[in-house]
Amino acid sequence: MDQFTLNLLFVGASFALYIGIAIWARAGSTSEFYAAGRGVHPVTNGMATAADWMSAASFISMAGLIAFTGYDNSSFLMGWTGGYVLLALLLAPYLRKFGKFTVSEFIGDRFYSPTARMVAVICLLVASITYVIGQMQGVGIAFGRFLEINATAGLLIGACVVFAYAVFGGMKGVTYTQVAQYCVLITAYTIPAIFISLQLTGNPVPALGLFGEHTASGEPLLAKLDQIVTDLGFAEYTVAHGSTINMVLFTLSLMIGTAGLPHVIMRFFTVPRVSDARWSAGWTLVFIALLYLTAPAVGAMARLNISELMWPNGTDGQAVSVEQIESDPEYAWMATWEKTGLLGWEDKNGDGRIQYYNDANADLQAKAAENGWEGNELTNFNRDILVLANPEIASLPGWVIGLVAAGGLAAALSTAAGLLLAISSAVSHDLLKGQLTPNMSEKSELLAARISMAAAIVVAVILGLNPPGFAAQTVALAFGLAAASIFPALMMGIFSTRINNVGAVAGMLAGLIVTLLYIFLHKGWFFIPDTNSFTDADPLLGPVKSTSFGAIGAAVNFLVAYVVSSMTKETPQEIKDLVQSVRIPRGAGTAVEGH
Amino acid sequence: MSQDDDNNAYWSANVRLILISLVIWAVVSFGFGIVLRPLLSGITIGGTDLGFWFAQQGSILVFLVLIFFYAWRMNKLDREFGVEEE
Repeated sequence: MDQFTLNLLFVGASFALYIGIAIWARAGSTSEFYAAGRGVHPVTNGMATAADWMSAASFISMAGLIAFTGYDNSSFLMGWTGGYVLLALLLAPYLRKFGKFTVSEFIGDRFYSPTARMVAVICLLVASITYVIGQMQGVGIAFGRFLEINATAGLLIGACVVFAYAVFGGMKGVTYTQVAQYCVLITAYTIPAIFISLQLTGNPVPALGLFGEHTASGEPLLAKLDQIVTDLGFAEYTVAHGSTINMVLFTLSLMIGTAGLPHVIMRFFTVPRVSDARWSAGWTLVFIALLYLTAPAVGAMARLNISELMWPNGTDGQAVSVEQIESDPEYAWMATWEKTGLLGWEDKNGDGRIQYYNDANADLQAKAAENGWEGNELTNFNRDILVLANPEIASLPGWVIGLVAAGGLAAALSTAAGLLLAISSAVSHDLLKGQLTPNMSEKSELLAARISMAAAIVVAVILGLNPPGFAAQTVALAFGLAAASIFPALMMGIFSTRINNVGAVAGMLAGLIVTLLYIFLHKGWFFIPDTNSFTDADPLLGPVKSTSFGAIGAAVNFLVAYVVSSMTKETPQEIKDLVQSVRIPRGAGTAVEGH
Repeated sequence: MSQDDDNNAYWSANVRLILISLVIWAVVSFGFGIVLRPLLSGITIGGTDLGFWFAQQGSILVFLVLIFFYAWRMNKLDREFGVEEE
């Protein structure tokens, strides 16, 4: 059986499974559509939240970014897990106690202001749509690879599949489907990592193999990697090269953003009790950590494998020949990935070999002049393909490659569906039913929810054709936006009685607007290429890149909310009572539908 | 003690617990993983230093312990103050 058929088989079987579950658990009422009737066990909920959370960014993109940058991209690992600590300690139990369906309902009630609710909806839509763009990128790459077409065509096909899939059911269908998706995703991520770790270090646990010994050379794996990449003129893998301030801010933005993302927070409304909300956050992180502890090993080992494939005779020997790339089955992955337009090589000096090195490095330029090289010949290596290509790079069996294709799609699809659900509930539940047309019937609310899903996909596809970065970077921007707008409002709403309606609205708007401005200035207005005034290589504010600005946006939000609140009328007594009741678990009933 | 005083005592116990947990949270990630990494450079592990391990593995493991510790401690606190769910 050839690889194409095998991929199709794995992806097809996993889809059949998800659709089967979605039909079996179809949402009937609005309450089921949004929150699964609140009958979900913390472990089940944790698993579903993990699938919801780990998207194309975690599965497809993150290890690739770590592989090519090394230590500096540890921010993704710490940021996307550390946020759960904030979520578990500062938000989840209280929001569960409050007991409404959506994040903006809490903000609307706590800040006794329909305007606050509207502003929250807007913040949420901006962050979610940015996030969906990143997912669509991932979907495009995954479909591009397994259908062996270019990534743009893959994106369009993927969009149709995501839409059909998300429209099928609401949260209830999605919860059980996501449990299945988690299982597919984690198996697909771990199995190739175990194989590769065994090949390179003899240790079956990739997280331990990363710090183990490279069996071929007898040196520690990371020392070997540092040596190879520096031989090729690249920056040392384990050493910090970027600015410390930027790394701290970036990590903090990702953490705060995690705790401010509506589709994750929504999950904690679906557990039966307040104490379950606390456990649920822990279980979620357990399931996330299984992937996150493996990811840095995947990145480092893939980087080593690629370097060795390009220099099969060592970095002092001859580079791989074009003939070998074209005929040796070990290199077959290069031809398959070339079809997606995300990998490319060119024999610039016509010596029949492909030299892969850093042609911006002075030492290597000297070596190149000596050997007659005319620049790096591995001309294009999109970071986002690394995880999907990884099993092929390591010459693993065909079924592993098929499994990884299915896993990547599971990750992208589950998150895209969760986000679309958050977007549609914001539009139909908060915006239309809560504000504009309160007398809407359940049926037209569901219809509006589905129309808004379709609209969100269309916007995401249009913007996803010219993405502002690699998938995980696009997603990082979404986190910055959530960090600057939603998280501070939620936290102040629970931990302070002093912050009032005007303060909260001013804070959220200030946080959202400065962050959005900073991002657009660096990434182009509405991500349209070439409309940017600055670049992340030379940012407006010293070392602060646009992906790191969320933490500053959040600080602006806190500050503005505090100052404005202290200048305006005090919070009424009934709101202070509401805050007191949110802080105490006793009396948490099942959540009710708010208007 | 009135119910209000009780609730206030419960809340300050909670806030204290949160603060302690967040200090640990910050020390392992922003501290050991990033800012204080040079201080840990003397401790080698698998071809690199301890700071690298904290940035890519250790902080995640500590986060896990923190969340479960907080959940366990709070559920106990709920019962001590009699504010647990019926």
